[in-house]
Amino acid sequence: MSLRLQTEHLQRKWLFTTDHRAIGIAYLLLSLVAVAVGTVLSIFMRIHLIAPDLKLPFWGVVPPEGYLALVTMHGTLMVFFVLTTAPVNGFASLILPAQIGARRMALPLLNALSLWLTLISFGVLLAAFFVRGGAPISGWTNYPPLSAIAAAGPGQAAGMDLWLVSIGIFCLASVLSAINLLTTIISKRCEGMTLMRMPLTVWAWLVTAVLILFAFSILLAAVVLLLSDRHLATSFFVPPGEVIDGLLVAPQANGSPMLWLHLFWFFGHPEVYIAVLPAMGLTSSLLANFTRRPVFGYRFMVATTLAIGFFGLLVWGHHMFVSGMNPYAGTAFALTTMAIAVPSSASVLGWLLMLLRGRDSRVHPLPTAMLFTLGFLSFFIAGGLTGPILAQPVLDAYLHNTYFVVAHFHLIMAMAGMFSLFAAVYYWFPLMTGRLMNERLGKWHFWLSLIGAYATFFPMHFAGLAGQPRHYAQLTGSTSTLGSLLPLQTGITHSALFLATAQLLFLVNLVWSARHGRVAGVNPWQATTMEWALIDSDCKVVRGPYEYRFHTNLPDFILQCADEAEQE
Amino acid sequence: MPATFTRTPAEIDRKDTGIGGKPPVDRRPTGGGGGDDNWDNHPQGRRGPRELLTRYRLGLFFALAGDLMFFIALVSAFFVRQNAGHFDPRDNYVSDWHPLAVPPILWINTAILLLSSATIEAARQHLFHEVDVMEEWLGLGRPAVRRASPWLVGTVILGVMFLAGQWIAWQQLASQGMFFGTNENSHFFYLITATHGIHLVLGILALAVALCALFLLRRVEMRQIVVDCTAWYWHTMGFFWIFLFVLLTCFQ
Amino acid sequence: MRDDHVWWMPPNGALHGVAIDRLMWWNLVALSALFVLAHIFLFAAMIRQKKSASQIADFSWKREAIPLAALTLVYAWMAISAQRLWATIRYQGAAPNALQVEVTGMQFQWYFRYPGQDAAFGLTRPELINAPAGNPLGVDRTDPRSADDIVSSILVLPAGREVDLGIQAVDVIHGFFIPGMRLKQNAVPGMQMHIHFTPSVAGDYPILCSQVCGTGHARMQSHLHVVSESEYQAWLASHEPHQTPGAAR
Repeated sequence: MSLRLQTEHLQRKWLFTTDHRAIGIAYLLLSLVAVAVGTVLSIFMRIHLIAPDLKLPFWGVVPPEGYLALVTMHGTLMVFFVLTTAPVNGFASLILPAQIGARRMALPLLNALSLWLTLISFGVLLAAFFVRGGAPISGWTNYPPLSAIAAAGPGQAAGMDLWLVSIGIFCLASVLSAINLLTTIISKRCEGMTLMRMPLTVWAWLVTAVLILFAFSILLAAVVLLLSDRHLATSFFVPPGEVIDGLLVAPQANGSPMLWLHLFWFFGHPEVYIAVLPAMGLTSSLLANFTRRPVFGYRFMVATTLAIGFFGLLVWGHHMFVSGMNPYAGTAFALTTMAIAVPSSASVLGWLLMLLRGRDSRVHPLPTAMLFTLGFLSFFIAGGLTGPILAQPVLDAYLHNTYFVVAHFHLIMAMAGMFSLFAAVYYWFPLMTGRLMNERLGKWHFWLSLIGAYATFFPMHFAGLAGQPRHYAQLTGSTSTLGSLLPLQTGITHSALFLATAQLLFLVNLVWSARHGRVAGVNPWQATTMEWALIDSDCKVVRGPYEYRFHTNLPDFILQCADEAEQE
Repeated sequence: MPATFTRTPAEIDRKDTGIGGKPPVDRRPTGGGGGDDNWDNHPQGRRGPRELLTRYRLGLFFALAGDLMFFIALVSAFFVRQNAGHFDPRDNYVSDWHPLAVPPILWINTAILLLSSATIEAARQHLFHEVDVMEEWLGLGRPAVRRASPWLVGTVILGVMFLAGQWIAWQQLASQGMFFGTNENSHFFYLITATHGIHLVLGILALAVALCALFLLRRVEMRQIVVDCTAWYWHTMGFFWIFLFVLLTCFQ
Repeated sequence: MRDDHVWWMPPNGALHGVAIDRLMWWNLVALSALFVLAHIFLFAAMIRQKKSASQIADFSWKREAIPLAALTLVYAWMAISAQRLWATIRYQGAAPNALQVEVTGMQFQWYFRYPGQDAAFGLTRPELINAPAGNPLGVDRTDPRSADDIVSSILVLPAGREVDLGIQAVDVIHGFFIPGMRLKQNAVPGMQMHIHFTPSVAGDYPILCSQVCGTGHARMQSHLHVVSESEYQAWLASHEPHQTPGAAR
């Protein structure tokens, strides 16, 4: 097996390939397109917020429903097509089989089918911009009755239907992909690869796949029920006495919007762990690689991964403290949410302790992948620390749906997640193309992004404390009392533009390095995990996954049992 | 491969660090070559005839787990709605739940479905009967297929009868004026039975495919896998139906 | 706390807001300190060079467990102190003699209904909702209790008296948010949620909508005027029943 990915495979068979590496690359390309579109949408949002009368491409002067459509589609694209697709489907397809010593996935057809469904879902979602009424305006969470009744707003007719169909297809795709991942991890590990020898990335994908299986099935059910409400005259979510624009809609209705909130957030909270757990696994792996030390407490890290996955299913009510839920239930969810802070903090402490053991003088300067891992750590801490505030119902009663929450999830999910994805790309680029990415461009990319991201999202905490709610299309206007926050928001917009522009460095680096980057050796990072091994015959695993510097006389090893003579 | 097994230095120096797992236990009594009965010790891909079957069963298990979550979402919506009344203008709590009388034909349908589980299990057992499988593997005709296919056909017939019975139940309700959109309870009845019915249609299609596969597939292992997975899917759908049926009859 | 309020938060005008602000302040201080501490570690780790190569992975429970235990105590303190405040604010209903006001959200306006002298709200029917005709809440005029109901688009409350708000919506989910009163509750159609508070500082407080409800979400703002008792009574008296601002007679 040559190190260089057989992209000819991809080109020859187009997307009908079942080769997991080609499928992984296809997923990553999809995520790249999605993140570009999502970023452009967010830039439009930010510009409109501070300059509501400015004309923008496609919209002209953005009407209020245009702004809300931008918000909705930005959130949907980023959460689903970037933060679920890339870390789970993209990188798992690419890397997972090799890391457990398998030659291919357990159910390759399922993997290919999942890719196809994701692509179709993406197309359907984007089509929402171009139908009559435009894209939906109810936010990525789409609370009914706003999302259940077409007359409740522009974009809630055809646009909302397209959103629902798209996400329904995405749910199917995700579940199929999760089935494939779980079957592969359980049944295709090579000889000697016990569960306790799997790299932490594989553990993360395992727990993530279980979460996907549970969460996306529930979302699919919710989507089906909402479509039924919209088109089959049922009333799962439409309450009695529902009046829109003075008209009593659905006189027979007898539903509850709270049902949607429970179903959606039962999916919605595990979704954010789906987005972040693979990043956490990767961080452990990369920190071990670049500090040249084993992971601090491997079994402990596995335990925190499992704990976060398990608790992640029990905390959904913390999105609903002021939604109309029973205050006693609020207390229960507050306790479980605060409890999940413990394994998360344990992970962070583990990582910090890995770093504190000192820097290897041979690894200098730090490679870009390591820089982005440190960036992940920084954002995870920054965003994670505001979690405990939001976990307290009495404080969340003030901060819910303000910019404080926006700051929280952008720091911990968007920026930490994105930085981890960047680290993964810089790290595994040699596996995709046989070349290394340019280090200088990479470092510029890192520092500019770090500064830009903090400058963009940190001040949002203050806007939130000042009481600025989310989804506001403008801060000025006859009824608005938020005009004093305009300077703050202007600063944020400028930082966002800076951040978005800095990503061009990444794109340039990607394209240039694919052709002209320095040719990488077999194992350029001197890693111990098996995706870097040349597996020509059946491998047999005899060591743990992170045994760097384990023996005094030999540098480091790969999991695979190479003959003694082959060891470097 | 030398006949004796010399422990490499790496094995001797090894200290237990608390990370990674224990080294694999050397279960080879002879120390080299030869086989033993524990398939799991072998490299992946050479773990015996059940390896592929186990893998597909695993995949099916996870798929059904996700499906179960889907049904759980519907059922919890059912319970939420059942307990969600409203307050009338005089502040009295009024329940909005109108229990639906389940058409009696549903009992017959349930019996038919259980019977169909029995028939497909018979088919599955025939296909795993060791003597017949051995003959097929040796190329001496297809006795297992011959014995299993009537049972499969029987299952298809029973499955179609079940769906027809469900349809009749719907007609009976409609004739009493209970349509899908009539009230919140009827939503659930139709939704639950329709969702299960769709799954059963998929099951019948799978049975049809399995029947064709029995005659078209060359490897006996693949024939076993197709029928086995279809059978487990069918059993699970029957199992789900028991729960849903109990829900609709006893928990309204 | 600086000048009696937390950074960036608007001045507090509610009785329970004092405790909330104090809790918020200490939470922010604690979490900011942890943030700085963690980043000091991060930088220190990046700069520090390793002295010698040590052999075996030095996972020791102490190094992980002690900081973790400390953090757990911090989280526990946060959870417990917050829970006590939550219980006092939300577990019990308002006092029986609290002032009752019904808050209704609809696209894109807040309406406030006072029960009037009979301290009883009249019946409302969704079929009767007709904002252009001056009946945005669908008040049933045939109900004698609705004769003295006052519907207003601003909220006027006397300082120092406990208020029980009945929050509901007519069309979509709205979010009733008064930052200056540290108050937020979603207005969900089909349900009425009760929250209670005591405004203590006179002044004008913006009321915002905190749950996206459609195109007019950003402009769905109103005002809370907290006034003295006499001013409040005068305002009530001046407000003729059956009249909403801008309604044609």
